[in-house]
Amino acid sequence: MLNWLSQIVAITFANLKTLPERRGAAIAAAVGIAGVVTVLVGVLSIAEGFRRAMTVSGSPDVAIVLRSGSDSEMTSGLAREETRTIADAPGLARDASGPLASPELFVIINLPKRSTGTDANVPLRGVSAAAFGVRGNVELVEGRRFEPGRNEVIVGAGAARQFAGLELGKIVRVGQNEWTVVGIFTAKGGVAESEIWTDAAVLQPAYHRGDTYQGVYARLASAASFREFSDALTTNPRLNVKVVRQSDFYADQSTSVTSFISGIGVVIAGLMALGALFGALNTMYSSVSARTREIATLRALGFGASPVVISVLLESLALALIGGAIGAGIAFVAFDGFTTSTMNWQTFSQVAFAFRVSPALLLKAITWSAFLGVFGGLFPAIHAARLPIASALRAT
Amino acid sequence: MKFLYLVASNLKRKKLRTLLTLLSILVAFFLFGLLCALKAALAGGVSMAGADRLITRHKVSIIQMIPISYRTRISAIPGVIAIVPQTWFGGIYQDPKNFFPSIPVEPADFLAMFPEFVLPEAQKQAWLTTRTGAIVGRATADRFHWKVGDRIPLRSPIWRREGGNDAWEFDLVGIYEGAKKGTDTSQFFFRYDYFDEGRAFGKGQISYFTIRVKDPAQADALAARVDQEFANSAAETKTEPEGAFAQAFAQQVGDIGLIVTGILSAVFFTILLVSGNTIAQGVRERTEELGVLKAIGFSNGLVLALVLAESCLIAIIGGALGLSAAWLMTLGGSPVPGLLPLFYIPPANLVLGAVLVLALGLITGALPAVQAMRLGVADALRRQA
Repeated sequence: MLNWLSQIVAITFANLKTLPERRGAAIAAAVGIAGVVTVLVGVLSIAEGFRRAMTVSGSPDVAIVLRSGSDSEMTSGLAREETRTIADAPGLARDASGPLASPELFVIINLPKRSTGTDANVPLRGVSAAAFGVRGNVELVEGRRFEPGRNEVIVGAGAARQFAGLELGKIVRVGQNEWTVVGIFTAKGGVAESEIWTDAAVLQPAYHRGDTYQGVYARLASAASFREFSDALTTNPRLNVKVVRQSDFYADQSTSVTSFISGIGVVIAGLMALGALFGALNTMYSSVSARTREIATLRALGFGASPVVISVLLESLALALIGGAIGAGIAFVAFDGFTTSTMNWQTFSQVAFAFRVSPALLLKAITWSAFLGVFGGLFPAIHAARLPIASALRAT
Repeated sequence: MKFLYLVASNLKRKKLRTLLTLLSILVAFFLFGLLCALKAALAGGVSMAGADRLITRHKVSIIQMIPISYRTRISAIPGVIAIVPQTWFGGIYQDPKNFFPSIPVEPADFLAMFPEFVLPEAQKQAWLTTRTGAIVGRATADRFHWKVGDRIPLRSPIWRREGGNDAWEFDLVGIYEGAKKGTDTSQFFFRYDYFDEGRAFGKGQISYFTIRVKDPAQADALAARVDQEFANSAAETKTEPEGAFAQAFAQQVGDIGLIVTGILSAVFFTILLVSGNTIAQGVRERTEELGVLKAIGFSNGLVLALVLAESCLIAIIGGALGLSAAWLMTLGGSPVPGLLPLFYIPPANLVLGAVLVLALGLITGALPAVQAMRLGVADALRRQA
């Protein structure tokens, strides 16, 4: 056994030592795999970033109440009396001014995207005073909150970055109305950062919404009181609503975009992997054929077939892992934190987010490259072990 | 011809290596084809846009409605020759996953505005006489196996009927085909009069107008003229060419062009390196033979051409197979019809693919070919591969 191991070590080291002589082929194989990994990690980091922006917004302690039958705030509608009934339901957290429930309006305005100058649908949300207490993660980084009753807005940091004209002090003109930007806020990278917020009572007349809202965001006394709250609303004959946890609500909205992007990413990277696999196979076959005589000599000296197989596999694996590490590194430097925005089809509006190369993605990259290394080396390795010793010794 | 034989036998010398190189090129161009189709699919409406068509919508955003009565005032502007109102209905067929656009329109005007939707005359007549009539494009009809005469129930989360019900029913009277390959045949159109009378609120309000102008060169001026007409009204408008509207919409999804180009570059760089290396290696192994060829009188140029022909031949076979495979795949239609109704490789991209195939062949062959050309005869003959 020990002999077997030392044979492997000896051959592998001999192989690796001759690598510089075959650097052209070796580099080609490694670069092929680096390319696969860069594309894989790059595309998946888009999906990961989007998913993260959507899920960090969702807290299991927050419930969203919409008119039943509506799939998003866009298509929902609630009268003021209904929002009062909802706020009075059991199971909600309270502070000095009453239950933490915020009836809200959700509309879309056109603003030019900074990167392209073309119009984009930016969400404009009318909130109530309780909104900050309900969310719990909204922090002003510049300026102050809007004053109730005034035409003032605060802008999410993501929206301020992606869309033109949202700097502090700027005036946003929407139809007949003008709003002054008085603050910039963050929300732990969540979807609220893509939004513009104002006082719901100001937004209602501006949008001819009368005294109606579109949804109620409410903070639950605890995650466990969701059932109590939900049951109270859905069994109330005066209401026709559905209640969802914020975490489920956003996770739901993110699935179609996330799975679409990951699907594309895996297909593209999978095809590329196939291409790179052919490259790796080529490299290893030629690496074996260049060493035909050496391998035959070793076999003649009494080295076993399996150490030869394993040594070729190890060499291929080493090249693949080097390539994979380089690819993952390039992807991390190029994509991690890259900010952009895309369409959330459920709300028909923009979500700003940052690409995210997570540790799980890097692990995936390494796994892919290891697979490529093993598959790229397997057949050449077997080929090497099967070389007829006598004729191989005579090979030039 | 005799040289072709020489090239072919060189390629056959290490069949496995040639095959692997060929396959990696095939995969690269298959991917190229699919990415082009994807890019075209994401850009969607841009290719469908008519140069003489404008879109007028609410200035604040597309979700705000504008009164259909604007039609009279817009029609009165000189240079406007037709106008069609459209509204986003958001119909859901059984499950939200079965998404396709559904839009109420006025049949006669609508079909005149969009000649790219081809509807048989008999079906057109049926639509004109059936209030609950609807037509749908081939892609969606095939997707749900609908046929003319079917009753299609749609639920609209936006538009409730009088009485609070959100279920609408339509009689399918026609299935239209696309006039061109790039025509989106996923949309479902039904009659505005049926819709307006049935909806519980928002009567007389529509999402946007499509306007046909007499002279495309005047399109921008006319767009400004339309917006001026409604300046300082309760519902100001924004008018732009259909192409610009579609472009802006595609940009909202993200800068697709950039991402696709990025991926393509990564793929090409990788494949170029891998196949370039293999070809170079093949030439190096034959140094001695090239020396023999030169010794028996092959000119430098001919040796250069032989090596280049070899690399180009691999690239052309692999590339042609890859592009054909991608093309065959797009013939099967979109893998995700709800998200990407269009899925085809634009002809211009096929041409680009062909150019790239040649470029790949020439570039991968260039270095070894030049080396082979410069080879001194005596030197090469003495060298052991």
